[in-house]
Amino acid sequence: MDPLQIIVVLFALFAWSRAILRLRDHKISVGEFVFWTVIWATVITTAWLPQTANVISHGFGVSRPIDLAVYVSILLMFYLIFRVYVQQEQLQQETTKLVREIAMRFPKHK
Amino acid sequence: MKKDAFIVIAAYNEEHAVPKVVAELHKAGYQQVIVVDDGSKDNTFPAAVNAGATVLQHVINRGQGAALKTGIDYAHEQGAEIIVTFDADGQHRVQDLQAIIKPVAEGTADVTFGSRFLGKESRIPLLRKVLLKGSIFVLWLFYGVRMTDAHNGFRALSRYAAQKIRITADRMAHASEFVEEVHRRQLKFQEVPVIIRYTEETLKRGHGSLAEAFRILYTMIMKKFLLR
Repeated sequence: MDPLQIIVVLFALFAWSRAILRLRDHKISVGEFVFWTVIWATVITTAWLPQTANVISHGFGVSRPIDLAVYVSILLMFYLIFRVYVQQEQLQQETTKLVREIAMRFPKHK
Repeated sequence: MKKDAFIVIAAYNEEHAVPKVVAELHKAGYQQVIVVDDGSKDNTFPAAVNAGATVLQHVINRGQGAALKTGIDYAHEQGAEIIVTFDADGQHRVQDLQAIIKPVAEGTADVTFGSRFLGKESRIPLLRKVLLKGSIFVLWLFYGVRMTDAHNGFRALSRYAAQKIRITADRMAHASEFVEEVHRRQLKFQEVPVIIRYTEETLKRGHGSLAEAFRILYTMIMKKFLLR
């Protein structure tokens, strides 16, 4: 086994342990925990047994695993950008609501 | 009619223009003037208070759409029967108020929009004219509403319309949102000929610039396709 493989597996295990802790503190939901578990399990499997990556990518009809990784990352990034956009829009609206509340509470006349 | 109308003005860094506009409105008999100071960096707030308006202050700048909504909500809370949105920088003429309020006061419309393209002469700069025609097309494309003008900010709402219309766009896209809401809530609307005064001051501010037009379009697309 390459040193790189060991590092990747150790890192993934460490990251997964963080996810367990966050779940225990109720900082993330069960759904989010499952999501991260799938992500890190995939990382560990492909790092430990690189040939599984071939099986997975062939399953998706993509010849090279690296191509599949790129496709999935792009999709994931678009989704995350969209989520950030929605969240920041909500934040903007909440800020406006707060500013409006303050303004309406203290009208000033001469 | 004048007694029932609340005039809502959103002002950002308009310390010189606001007192003049408020004084003109008072002189014409409109006593209920609400100025929303949208987090101005200059003395708009004290200037508007001294001019005799009711002034609400946004502690930070939230944009014209947000400021107008604050003023409309407040006017509604105060029992306004008719709410007019009016510009702070002297683009709108007090003489046109009567015409824009009339259909709402008589109940023939829930909302009236001022239009620069209905007869009266407004001397509109060419680039702006192209952008305006473009936005009219976009309004038709997005909401199926045929307007002769858009984005001039001069409108009157009935109490009922003010209650129904929900403005969520904080910045300039609120003008299109008004049209969208009128369409969505199936409110009766009318366009009224008005004259918009283009002064050097208003042109310098760059309202109606190409960049702004694209920002509005972007917000409209995001709202229509992603946030609904």
